[in-house]
Amino acid sequence: MKKIALWGATWVLLVVVLLLPPIVVVTEALKSGLLASLATLKDPDGIAAIWLTLETTVVAVCFNTLCGILAAWLLTKYRFPGRAALLVMVELPLSISPVVSGLVWLLLFGAQGWWGPALERAGIHVAFAVPGIMLATLFVTLPYVVRTLVPYMEHQGRDTEEAAALAGAGFWQILLRVTLPDARVALFSGVLLTTARAMGEFGAVSVVSGHIPGLTETMPLHIESLYNGYQTVAAFTMAALLACMAMAAVFLRSAPAAWARYREVQE
Amino acid sequence: MKRACVAFWRGGDSALPGYRLALVVTLLWTGLFIALPLCALIIRPWQDGVGPVLAELHDTRMFAALWTSFFSAAVAALLNVPIGLFLAWMLVRGNLPGQRIADALIDLPFALPTAVSGITLATLYSPQGWLGYPLAKMGVSVAYTQWGIIIALMFVGLPFVVRTVEPVLKALPHEQEEAARLLGAKPWQVITRVVLAPLLPPLITGFGLAFARGVGEYGSVIFIAGNQPFKSEIAPLLIVVRLQEFDYDGATAIALVLLVISLAALAGIGVLRRRFSAWGAMP
Amino acid sequence: MSILIQNLVRHAPATERRLLDDVTLAVPSGAFVALVGPSGAGKTTLLRAIAGLDHYSSGTIDLDGNRLENLHDRAGKIGFVFQNYALFPHMTVARNISFGLDVLPREQRPTKAEITARVQDLLDLMQLSGMGKAYPARLSGGQRQRVALARALATGPGVLLLDEPFGALDPIVRRAIRTWLRTLHDQLGLTTILVTHDQEEALEVADRIVVMQQGRIVQDASPATLDEAPNTAFVMQFLGEVVSFSGHIKNGVFTPSERGVAPCAVSEKLESGPAELMIRPFEIGLRQGQGAHEQAVELALYSKRQGFCYYSAHLPQRTVPVFIYNTQEEGQTRLACAELEIQRGKLFRDGVRLQSR
Repeated sequence: MKKIALWGATWVLLVVVLLLPPIVVVTEALKSGLLASLATLKDPDGIAAIWLTLETTVVAVCFNTLCGILAAWLLTKYRFPGRAALLVMVELPLSISPVVSGLVWLLLFGAQGWWGPALERAGIHVAFAVPGIMLATLFVTLPYVVRTLVPYMEHQGRDTEEAAALAGAGFWQILLRVTLPDARVALFSGVLLTTARAMGEFGAVSVVSGHIPGLTETMPLHIESLYNGYQTVAAFTMAALLACMAMAAVFLRSAPAAWARYREVQE
Repeated sequence: MKRACVAFWRGGDSALPGYRLALVVTLLWTGLFIALPLCALIIRPWQDGVGPVLAELHDTRMFAALWTSFFSAAVAALLNVPIGLFLAWMLVRGNLPGQRIADALIDLPFALPTAVSGITLATLYSPQGWLGYPLAKMGVSVAYTQWGIIIALMFVGLPFVVRTVEPVLKALPHEQEEAARLLGAKPWQVITRVVLAPLLPPLITGFGLAFARGVGEYGSVIFIAGNQPFKSEIAPLLIVVRLQEFDYDGATAIALVLLVISLAALAGIGVLRRRFSAWGAMP
Repeated sequence: MSILIQNLVRHAPATERRLLDDVTLAVPSGAFVALVGPSGAGKTTLLRAIAGLDHYSSGTIDLDGNRLENLHDRAGKIGFVFQNYALFPHMTVARNISFGLDVLPREQRPTKAEITARVQDLLDLMQLSGMGKAYPARLSGGQRQRVALARALATGPGVLLLDEPFGALDPIVRRAIRTWLRTLHDQLGLTTILVTHDQEEALEVADRIVVMQQGRIVQDASPATLDEAPNTAFVMQFLGEVVSFSGHIKNGVFTPSERGVAPCAVSEKLESGPAELMIRPFEIGLRQGQGAHEQAVELALYSKRQGFCYYSAHLPQRTVPVFIYNTQEEGQTRLACAELEIQRGKLFRDGVRLQSR
């Protein structure tokens, strides 16, 4: 009896606190029917926002994954002075407010920034343009791949790598054939987290973007403009699309485990 | 010193290949994308002398916004501790029906982009919303007040507490509880004396992560907060306002204070955590 | 305190597989019993059932004639030492030891001073004086072991249950603690049940050995009986190295099917048919033949220690070990004999020992 009450309390809590928000997104989006919501997606500014979000995400994920793998290799397979400081540094963006993460780039490339005016004269626009959005996104999503890889690769130790090196393998061979195949689940998870965060980033991008519809608006920014312009259905339709993309990325992380369970059942 | 330099250049004691390549890439990456912008943030306020910095200190709106941010984040993180502990407990030990789905739900606030959470929570808790309406009937107004900020921060912070407590709870050896039961401890004594103590460090960490996230949170808060200066305006929003006024110095000053205090809070939590795990590693 | 276990059955969760299969065991007060058997035999399962840590499907457990129903009935009466000790990492050694007293209801709880004195006594008894303020993480394996023992003994239990208590210790500490544990048992008048997979350890420390296999008790006897009259081939194998010879019994003679091994006389009463003879390597004798041409079996020395010469005897099909007690200074590196003599072996048929021999 007591047990059932506890289960009930848990589920009520889960549904009210956690499940209601995504349900609201869907119901608000479909308030005037499915067709009306789909129609709002045809807005050219909306389509431009979707494209910009995808481009930014691809750039951030590729860059931070490549550098993240090398950094994780450095931080887990060697012990050198300054390692602890690097570990802290790599995680720093996580404890910095998104707005501050955007602001720092304005301090470098903004109209009143250190190099902004000079670059502006040379015809290179960073602040309130796409490069600024990319820089802000890169900064915010920097830690995720390293952070998921480091604990796993640390746990790996370096025995297998040393065995591979003794067998004559070079750096790239060890990394691509020994280390990463073993750490693939962690890497996969890190990449997906980076993806989700890159697509959904709002604060940092909002500061450097300048909110030019059709040009420098990513999906989250476009949602804000629509919402503040009382275009609720359009805002929530875009929100539902973005939420689906980000949630798919986050929940796909458990796919390898689920696949392994399925295989086990099959056998 | 010389030895440290040599070790830094050669990769400590390991002869595995690839050290220098990885070192150079990592240094460039963290240097250009983290160290450089943060240097700008730290140096910028002082570049016109001490005067502008002192002038910023008279900005009472800034202090009000900082107070709102820190207070709301602290309250939200504190409220999340018992809730997160309860959920983690039910997930690990509760034999909860639908445990897999429940486990996935915990990640929802993490998966939902902040702007989406923002407009959704604002709708949900608005006086006409599904949760706002009954609350308004009871005389509690959430949206556009400080409670709105706290609710939003609780939503984004909850996974941090659950996800830090959960693995520790899972790894907790059953034998310790069995030993306590055999020695005559009542179930509540087992929980308070044997189970809770090892959970204290992860609870503190979870609180710290939720707090740090809450202090800087922007997207999920601004839609539900009233954004009234001195009342329900958070520090990150004030930075945006100052930027829109082209007041870079003002914005940088707030950002610097925000950064320093949240890093100090994280460091303090680290110290506290070490203090509570004085007994060292699990034997 | 005496323990009586009757018809205990425990199923693996949600299956029909029996982890404990109708186990009956009576342990008189003051006995030191060792539960031995290969891993998966149900030793730890039985021990945990006695401690009330797991539910069992049917059967009863009595302590001094009182039925034990749940964990609460056992609290304070049964001391349990876990394989990995399960010390509370966040408590000092002293707090760990006094835990069982600290959690008593106020009216039963001794005063602070009494608890401190009790802890001090136990620390002295365990040769841990001065370690009361340390945390478990700072202790060595042997010290943790003794803290776990002190904690189990703090409430003054009549029964001590030990689950592989020496598993994590190095050989020297292991030997020391084992002797010391036996002394402690006698000194405190405990009834002790110990689980181990190391048969030598069991033979050395316990006065009764319970051999388990696949959830059942195969034999329950003193070390001497176990040595002289093992019930099954498994028990014989489990207690030490054996060489087995298959063959045939007919008219009171066991004839091995291998060449190079002498037939031996057995009881007339034994039924004829195939049988297996098992013998310890040091029980094998050498039978010399008449002339040099009859020296069919060659033996080569491969090791020599503790008074024994270790030979490998080359039979036509295989090589078997033969240990010979050597009184001379030098063992001969090569020996030869006509046949191996296996009179001291024990006969089994279908894994069960043939009686009346």
